[in-house]
Amino acid sequence: MTLSVSVENISKQYRLGVIGNRTLYEDINRWWAKVRGLPDPLEKIGEMDYGNRADGLIWALHDISFQLKQGEVLGVIGRNGAGKSTLLKILSKVTGPTTGQIKLKGRIASLLEVGTGFHPELTGRENIYLNGAILGMSRDEISKKFDEIISFSEVEKFVDTPVKRYSSGMYVRLAFAVAAHLDPEIMVVDEVLAVGDAAFQRKCLGKLSENAGEGRTVLFVSHNMAAINRLCSRAILLERGRLIDDGPATEVTAKYLSGAAEEDGTRSWTDNEAPGTDRVRLLGMSLYAEDGVPKSVFDVNDEIFIRLKYRVGVPNTTFRCALIFNTQGVIAFASVEPTETVRSEPGVYQSVVRVPAHLLAESEYSLNVSIFASAGAKQHYVNLRNALNFQVYDSMTKPSARGDYTQNLLGIVRPMLQWDISAKQSN
Amino acid sequence: MQTMIEKEKWTDVIKPQRNWLDWRLGELWRARDLIMLFVWRDFVSVYKQTILGPLWYLIQPILTTLTFTVIFGQIAALPTDQLPDFIFYLSGSVIWAYFAECLNKTSMTFISNSSLFGKVYFPRLAVPISVLISNLIAFAIQFALFLLFVLYYWLVAGVVTPNWSVVLLPVYILMMAGLGLGFGVIVSALTTRYRDLQFLVRFGVQLVMYATPVIYPLSSIPEKYQFLIKANPMTSIVEGFRYSFLGSGTIEVWNLLYSFLFMLITLLIGILLFNRIEATFMDTV
Repeated sequence: MTLSVSVENISKQYRLGVIGNRTLYEDINRWWAKVRGLPDPLEKIGEMDYGNRADGLIWALHDISFQLKQGEVLGVIGRNGAGKSTLLKILSKVTGPTTGQIKLKGRIASLLEVGTGFHPELTGRENIYLNGAILGMSRDEISKKFDEIISFSEVEKFVDTPVKRYSSGMYVRLAFAVAAHLDPEIMVVDEVLAVGDAAFQRKCLGKLSENAGEGRTVLFVSHNMAAINRLCSRAILLERGRLIDDGPATEVTAKYLSGAAEEDGTRSWTDNEAPGTDRVRLLGMSLYAEDGVPKSVFDVNDEIFIRLKYRVGVPNTTFRCALIFNTQGVIAFASVEPTETVRSEPGVYQSVVRVPAHLLAESEYSLNVSIFASAGAKQHYVNLRNALNFQVYDSMTKPSARGDYTQNLLGIVRPMLQWDISAKQSN
Repeated sequence: MQTMIEKEKWTDVIKPQRNWLDWRLGELWRARDLIMLFVWRDFVSVYKQTILGPLWYLIQPILTTLTFTVIFGQIAALPTDQLPDFIFYLSGSVIWAYFAECLNKTSMTFISNSSLFGKVYFPRLAVPISVLISNLIAFAIQFALFLLFVLYYWLVAGVVTPNWSVVLLPVYILMMAGLGLGFGVIVSALTTRYRDLQFLVRFGVQLVMYATPVIYPLSSIPEKYQFLIKANPMTSIVEGFRYSFLGSGTIEVWNLLYSFLFMLITLLIGILLFNRIEATFMDTV
C-alpha cells in the first residue's frame, strides 16, 4: 500500500484579537499602547479558554502528524473547537499552517460546505458547470458527467430553472451531486451528509463508501459516531488542538464518548459577561438526568432536564424562554415556555424543561437559547447560539426504539412507536 | 518506514509560507475554464431580471458623457482641443471607465469573495483576472459605440482624424488592465488588514480621474505643471488613445514607455503581495 497523505508536525496558530475586522486606527492604537508599554487595548479573549494560549496566541492545532494510505477512510472526531475544522481547512488549502507540512499525492477536493459558489440567478445547469469548476473540474469533465450528476440529484425537471426557485432540499441535492462526482484522489468531507432527506443521505453514504472502494482516500469529519464507525476503518481524536488518539474507529469513538461523558454539561457566566440586557441576563444553564448530576452525554432512555438560570433586573418584566435543538446541520425542533410570564420582582429565576426519553436520536445536539417578549413590542433579551452541546447515544442495554436492530437508524428524532403486527389474515 | 516515505512521489506539498517567487502559474492556467465561467457568470447574472439588460453597458457611458458635456463643456467651458465636446468626453469616459472598473472590482477580491475563499481552494488570482476579462467585454461594447461616433465625426462632420496609431489600441488596453490589476490586487491584499482602504479606493479613483486628462486635454495645462500630470501613468494612455482615434492630443513614446514600466512594476508588486497573503488571508478577514 502506498501513502496518499502525510501530515507532518502541523501546527496552526491564531492570534487572538487579530481575528476580525481591523482598521488602520486600531493598528495605530495598538502600536501606541505597545510603545508606552501598556497591554494591547483591543485584545479579545475567546469565550472558551482551552488553556493552550500564550501571549494572546492560540494554538488551534499543535504538532499533528499522521499518515494515510491510499484508499483509507479516516474519521476525524473531537469536540467543537478541538481543531477538526482547522485541520480540514489546512488540508484543503483554504488557509496555511503555521509550521509543519503536508504532502499529498493526487488531487484533493473538499466538501467543506456544499453549494459553495452557487449563484442564485443562474439555472441548475449553469450552476453545475460553475460549481464544478470551482471545485476543480474542467469543463470537459463536467460535460462528461453532466447526466450522471443530474440523475443523482433528482432535479431533472428543473435543470433550466434558476436555483433561487429551488426548495432547499433540491438545492442541497444538486450541490452534493456535483461534489460527489468530483474524481479526486483525496476527499475531505465535513458533515455534508447531514443534509437532505433520509433517502438522499443513504445515497450519499453509499456514494462515499463506493468512492472508498475505488481506492480513494477519504477524511471524514462528523459528530455522528455511528456514521464514523460505519464508514471509517480508522479514526483520529483531536482535543484542544492535539492528536490524542489514533487507531481503529470503534476504539477511538468509544474513547471519545467516554471522555465526553466526563464533561460537566453546565455553563455559567459572571455578572458582567452574562449574555442579555439589563432587563434579563442569562446567568447559567445546565443539563442533567433524573439523578440531578450535570452531564453532557445521555442515554436515549434518559429524560433530559435543561435548567436555565437568569437574572431579572427590572420589575415587571414579561418574557418567555425558548430553546432550539440543532443537530446534523438542521433544527430538530424548538420549544418555548407556553406563556409569557411576568416576573414582578428583580432577582434570579430559573426555568427547567424536561425532554422526554425516546425523543432525540443518537447524535450530537447543540442548544440555542433565547429569551424574548413577543406580546406587544417584540423584544429579544437573550439570543445565544451553541450555548451548550450534548450527546445522545443508545447504550442498547435498555429497551429503545431500536428493538434488537443494531445497524444505522436514520433521523433526528427517535420516538419509540408501537408496532402492531397482525396475525396472518388471508392467503 | 522513513526510507519508504523518502521514496514516495508527492504531487503537492502544503507549506507554511509560500515562496515569494512561487507564483503557481501552471495552476492558474489549469483554472482557465474556471476563469471563463466566472466571466460568464458576471456577465449573465448582472443583467438578469433587468428590463434593458446589456443595454446598460451603453446607457452608462452616454449618460456620463452627457453629464460631462453639460457641466465641463457648457457650464465650466473647459477647452477640448478644438474637438466637439461630446466625442471628447466620450473618449475620456469610455477609456477611463475600463481602468476604474478594473481597479474598483479587483480591489474587492478578498472582501467580496471571502465566503467562497473560506471554503474551497482554487488559484485566487482567477478572480481578479476574470474581472479584467468581463470588464473587457463591457469595454468592447462601449468602444463599439465610441467607434460609431468617431466614424460619424470623421466621415460626416470631418472634425476628427484617426490615424495609423490606432494599432496601439491593444497596448493601451494591456496597460490599463495591468495597472488596474496591479493596483487592485495591492489594495485587495491590504484591505484584508485595513478595511478603511475599500472606501478610500472608490473615492481615490474618482480623484485620480481629475489628475488625468479625462475631462480636459493635457495641452490646457501650463507647460511647467505638465510633468505633474505626466507622472500619472494613465495620462499617456488617455492622451494616446485620443490622439489615435480623434487626431488631437499628444503621443510621446517616452511617456508611453514610462507608463508601461510603471505598469510592470505595479503588477509585480501586486502579484507578489497577493501571492504572499493568499495562503493566510482567511485568518484575518
